[in-house]
Amino acid sequence: MKAFTQHQGLVAPMDRANVDTDLIIPKQFLKSIKRTGFGPNLFDELRYLDEGAPGQDCSQRPLNPDFPLNQERYRGASVLLARKNFGCGSSREHAPWALDDYGFRAIIAPSFADIFFNNCFKNGLLPIVLDEDTVAQLFEEMYAQEGYALTIDLEQQQVVKPDGTTIPFEVDSFRKHCLLNGLDDIGLTLEDADAISAYEAKRREQAPWLFDAVK
Amino acid sequence: MAGQTLYDKLWQDHLVKSREDGTALIYIDRHLIHEVTSPQAFEGLRLAGRGLWRKDSLVATPDHNVPSERAERAGGVAGIRDEVSRIQVQTLDENCNDFEVVQFGINEPGQGIVHVIGPETGATLPGMTVVCGDSHTSTHGALGALAHGIGTSEVEHVMATQCLIQKKMKNMLVRVDGELGPGVTAKDVVLAIIGKIGTAGGTGYAIEFGGSAIRNMSMEGRMTICNMAIEAGARAGMVAVDQVTLDYVNGKPYAPKGEQWERAVENWSRLHSDADAVFDAVVELAAEEIEPQVSWGTSPEMVASVNARVPDPAAEADQTRRTGIERALEYMGLSAGQAIGDIRLDRVFIGSCTNSRIEDLRAAAAVAKGRRKADSVKQVLVVPGSQSVKAQAEQEGLHEIFTAAGFEWREPSCSMCLAMNADKLGAGEHCASTSNRNFEGRQGYGGRTHLVSPAMAAAAAVAGHFVDVREFVAAGETA
Ligand code: SF4
Repeated sequence: MKAFTQHQGLVAPMDRANVDTDLIIPKQFLKSIKRTGFGPNLFDELRYLDEGAPGQDCSQRPLNPDFPLNQERYRGASVLLARKNFGCGSSREHAPWALDDYGFRAIIAPSFADIFFNNCFKNGLLPIVLDEDTVAQLFEEMYAQEGYALTIDLEQQQVVKPDGTTIPFEVDSFRKHCLLNGLDDIGLTLEDADAISAYEAKRREQAPWLFDAVK
Repeated sequence: MAGQTLYDKLWQDHLVKSREDGTALIYIDRHLIHEVTSPQAFEGLRLAGRGLWRKDSLVATPDHNVPSERAERAGGVAGIRDEVSRIQVQTLDENCNDFEVVQFGINEPGQGIVHVIGPETGATLPGMTVVCGDSHTSTHGALGALAHGIGTSEVEHVMATQCLIQKKMKNMLVRVDGELGPGVTAKDVVLAIIGKIGTAGGTGYAIEFGGSAIRNMSMEGRMTICNMAIEAGARAGMVAVDQVTLDYVNGKPYAPKGEQWERAVENWSRLHSDADAVFDAVVELAAEEIEPQVSWGTSPEMVASVNARVPDPAAEADQTRRTGIERALEYMGLSAGQAIGDIRLDRVFIGSCTNSRIEDLRAAAAVAKGRRKADSVKQVLVVPGSQSVKAQAEQEGLHEIFTAAGFEWREPSCSMCLAMNADKLGAGEHCASTSNRNFEGRQGYGGRTHLVSPAMAAAAAVAGHFVDVREFVAAGETA
């Protein structure tokens, strides 16, 4: 997994509450058996005026000019500013894969859906929870100032605004550690292989039916 | 010390190790996989040169994009017309062969929607931890299990380590007391709950559903409720084990037998919250007040009773909510204050892991019997949740009732729940659907989904618009 330490990037808006994973990446693109290549279909139904199909050349499709990511001022954005309950709906990891593939490194919102939030960390994407008023303030500043960029410092757990003021954020220490170092958590868990085996042996005695083969 | 909740007990039973940072390794008993969220996980294992920790914990089945149409389905995997879908199902086959994972293949007797076949085969049992790369895994919590939907990286993690890294969630009790009125079903209850607490109301919680209305529900009904816990934001939903649970599990093909059954029953008898358990949040609903529900918007919290009206955004004080309602009405092609009963349907879908079990099909058939779909309704799909539900329904003659009513009887799959196979809505079409998500485009590009119970869906199919199934049945109305 790629590490995340510090990142400075242009901010783009996704200005609505309850953005669900179907909106982030519609189901027809879930047929892929790969982890990459979802970027062109991020927010497909909002971004293009036609219906997208997998494997299509998106550069030929009609763009929705009203959608922020299609506007010149947000080109190259890597920090997404969003409203509450971002990423609700399905468990599809294709949602963070699409955001990552597009070039986003961090998402700021007042709240996230659990599974999506968790999936982000597995893919080097940092979801940052800030209170609703702070997020509203960031939206205002971003709309008012073209080229609005934020610096995200994971080590210090702070978002640095263009004027130098900082906003602290919380992050779980295990996730922070993994993200800072780009660690693969399977490798970390396997360091506890003995504890897992010991649990398994004890459990097999207590509840043997849990280990019966199916079919 | 205060007593434990059901969730506390299930957590404790599966705790391998607590880490200093507040996370824990939780042992996973059953790992269900399907074709959409597993290929990248198997690929990850291969790239890292890792194997499965315990291959007999996995059970696979293709469901999301297998065809529901009989002729196409008869051709098996090779017969899937959509090439990308076919490759995905083939990839599941190959991965199961390579990694020696048990699979209920596309046309085999055990196949079906992963959340339907788990409980019905006994592959998922009370007291288990269950995961699947699918958010509706919460369904299995109805058995008194701890069931989580997980992402693909976590699928790979569980495959390689048999554990999930978790932080303990908070406890929420949703208590529904009283008796449900006739024609009011589990689906109406769960939609009413989501309408009350909102789609983020359960975020960070494990929800236990309790109260006399839940206790009096069948296992199928409890599964419908737990299925939609995720639509209230909760990763896990659950119901305590009682006699209804035991009667359901007893005799299932992979349930314990004989002396093992006795031991299991004894072990499961503690799977309920203690009387003095403390919940971080409690939500109460009175069963008598719940009416048949219809969703009018693009989020499952946007629901109303069938006799109500579509809300007026102007009456909403909160700015974010107001724009949410405005946007939803625009997408749905509805006007503020319009009666729910005036919404006309183009298609009807009866199926999905929420409502495709035998009881759901019986409820729909009871309404459809002797009636016909309205001419204005283009298509009514009835898609059983599994091969075994299909066989049971056919044995009871339900398929004949459906076909006589002009409904189409299909093959087990997710079908129009998420439109990954050929079953989709056209742009602008309204659908009465027994599925769980009414997000924009969920059932097809530009499609407009209204979530309802199976009986309400069947009544809408006959009337051509939403009707209160209670009056409809009482009046013996026909189209
Ligand atoms: S029926 Fe729908 S919600 Fe259930 S597993 Fe299939 S696609 Fe997901």
